[in-house]
Amino acid sequence: MERNVVTTDTELVISPAPHVSDQESVTSIMYGVVIALLPALIASMYFFRFRALWLVTITVGACIITEWVFQKLRGKPITIYDGSAIVTGMLLAFNLPPTMPSWMAVVGGVVAMTLGKHVFGGLGHNPFNPALVGRAFLLAAFPAAMITWTSPIDGVATVTPLVQMQMGRITSSYWDMFIGNVGGCLGETSALAILIGGLYLLYKRYIDWRIPVSYLGTVGIIALAFGQDPVFHWLAGGLMLGAFFMATDMVTSPITRKGKWLFGIGAGIVLMVIRLWGGYPEGVSYSILLMNGFTPLLDHVTRPRSYGEVKTRA
Amino acid sequence: MSKGRTFRGGIHPIGHKELSATKAIKVMTPPAEVIIPLKQHVGACCKPLVKKGDIVNKGQKIGDADAFVSAPIHAPVSGVVKAIESCWHPAGGKVQAIVIENDNEERLDPSITPKGELDQLDADAIKTIVREAGIVGLGGATFPTHVKLAPPPDKRIQTLIINGCECEPYLTCDHRLMVEHPDRIIDGTRALLKALGISKAIIGIELNKPDAIEAMQRAAVGHAGIEIVPLKLKYPQGAERQLITAITGKEVPAGGLPMDIGIVVNNVGTAAAIQTAIQTGMPLIERIVTVSGEGVKEPQNLLVRVGSRCSDVLEAAGGFTGTPKQVIIGGPLTGTTQFDLSVPVTKCTSGILVFNQLKTAREPDPCIRCGRCVDVCPAFLVPTTIARYVDGGKLNEAVRWGLLNCIECGSCSYVCPANRFLVQSIKLGKQEVQAERHKKTS
Ligand code: SF4
Ligand code: SF4
Repeated sequence: MERNVVTTDTELVISPAPHVSDQESVTSIMYGVVIALLPALIASMYFFRFRALWLVTITVGACIITEWVFQKLRGKPITIYDGSAIVTGMLLAFNLPPTMPSWMAVVGGVVAMTLGKHVFGGLGHNPFNPALVGRAFLLAAFPAAMITWTSPIDGVATVTPLVQMQMGRITSSYWDMFIGNVGGCLGETSALAILIGGLYLLYKRYIDWRIPVSYLGTVGIIALAFGQDPVFHWLAGGLMLGAFFMATDMVTSPITRKGKWLFGIGAGIVLMVIRLWGGYPEGVSYSILLMNGFTPLLDHVTRPRSYGEVKTRA
Repeated sequence: MSKGRTFRGGIHPIGHKELSATKAIKVMTPPAEVIIPLKQHVGACCKPLVKKGDIVNKGQKIGDADAFVSAPIHAPVSGVVKAIESCWHPAGGKVQAIVIENDNEERLDPSITPKGELDQLDADAIKTIVREAGIVGLGGATFPTHVKLAPPPDKRIQTLIINGCECEPYLTCDHRLMVEHPDRIIDGTRALLKALGISKAIIGIELNKPDAIEAMQRAAVGHAGIEIVPLKLKYPQGAERQLITAITGKEVPAGGLPMDIGIVVNNVGTAAAIQTAIQTGMPLIERIVTVSGEGVKEPQNLLVRVGSRCSDVLEAAGGFTGTPKQVIIGGPLTGTTQFDLSVPVTKCTSGILVFNQLKTAREPDPCIRCGRCVDVCPAFLVPTTIARYVDGGKLNEAVRWGLLNCIECGSCSYVCPANRFLVQSIKLGKQEVQAERHKKTS
């Protein structure tokens, strides 16, 4: 056949449709979450000073190095630049008390990245939120260090609002709890900073509104039903941080809309059972970890109705 | 203007329509040689009615089939049949094709005569004209139009929907048609209404084409029963089912057809082709093709004879700006990449796009379960789960999760931050399931 005038010297690339894609990548999403965590980081640096920055830095560093070592040893591609190790490190640090000894924080980071993430095959394959795995480990290994609280700014020994509740006398005001001027973990005390970051995540659609709404909603309803103050429960402890940043972790929460509702409701129930009847004042991490375990099941039983599919009643 | 109706799900890809949206339709000089594939539609393949060495006239029928679901093909130029041989089809694979050498005489076939005024034609006459003119869905599905006009007696059609969405990026051929020939579309719509024996037609146009909406509204004045409905800008609004839902709020049953809920959908290009077939008697031998992408020197809309080579069309648009990396026939979300630019334009070639660099990153990462594919799926599926089942060979599970309800729009893969092969796996899965079912029934 004769040659056409329009010809190409280079091979044209053949690929299956679609031939365009949007700009979002795993890395851009992860750094988006890092940005959303910055207000909480700034708040914790304000309230807990240099200590906060130090703990966050070493925890993040421990996570990144652990990931690198693990992937080197396994001969896998190095993914430390995708931002997910930074997210895990920041979230873990935010879940530590300001007085946490540095080496324990490092141990937490190592555990989070190994037991929490890489033994399962890395990002996307881990059933449990890695930061919460790290925290749960630290709580089991070093219980005393994990519940030693200091007041913000002056750093004298104090208790968290939830401990105050357990002791029967709440002295922290809503305002202090809202802006974060109370005892607690580094990144969990300032509801304001967390909300700013959370709204950013919602705006960028990096998280789905259903989980925070159903989680916080369930907590509020149960609090009311048992004659407690829902606002206190929302602001106290790690609930805000958990609801916006940890329960919403994409990898470990359901993918279906209905599954997300059930996940949030389940986490809310577990949390309130722990807070109202458990021996331990804080329950956010356990409630989320427990629901992480149910995620595959929730996804499986909440298959959405396809377009045009007639509802069949069993 | 109203805010526009729409469907649930979908994406907002960058349109790039400005490259060609204001370029008036230009007639491309018929090439020296055309290649007419014997199959350019859904259904039975045509048998050639001519042989090598025959002299053919412009508009002469050169291929047909006895099957009901099929559409004849016609000579787009006058000339000599040079060969009947296999050629690459732009949709992939090889087909038999009739190669005609153009004698440039534009000698009309005696069968090409005006078919009379619409008022004098009855429904059956219109259906016959549509079939004989080889008219198929020009939006890309290429379903023979006369089949859509003959619903089984138990299906009562109430509404005709005319698709003027053109939701794929880059493509502007329907847009230009609406702006430049709104009357032809309205006349074609009236013919379709008459063939269906109904009186209500809705023309859906996305809001990014205000000039088209305006032109169509003006043309529709005085035709009671034809309504122009503006739609929000969203892909895949032009997909049959999504368009129906956007306009009527109703869903087409899964596994069913629009006629099950009393609706027939046709593309604006199809309506215009019907008008031509009635007014001049000319069958479907040419179509508007958008040539665009940053790799084309002069992006534009060309009226091209069916059978023109892709390379001829690209040349008519000034050739390449650089070294092309990818040439796509169709839109960027559902089109097919080409490796051989001698493939012919067929009845369904809406666009030829040239990219100088790839617009997709192709190393897939693990799924991070972000749920973006779920959010955008207009069929309300969980693409990542279905693709995982297909990849794992669990076709039954994939079907249970709605594999067969996928409309192959590609929205899931478009948004996936991990570059997962979602629609790609799902398409393979569908083919496997269909092949299996076929085996069982035969
Ligand atoms: S969009 Fe991609 S990464 Fe996100 S859930 Fe779907 S397949 Fe997974
Ligand atoms: S699964 Fe099918 S229908 Fe859903 S977005 Fe992907 S290609 Fe479109």
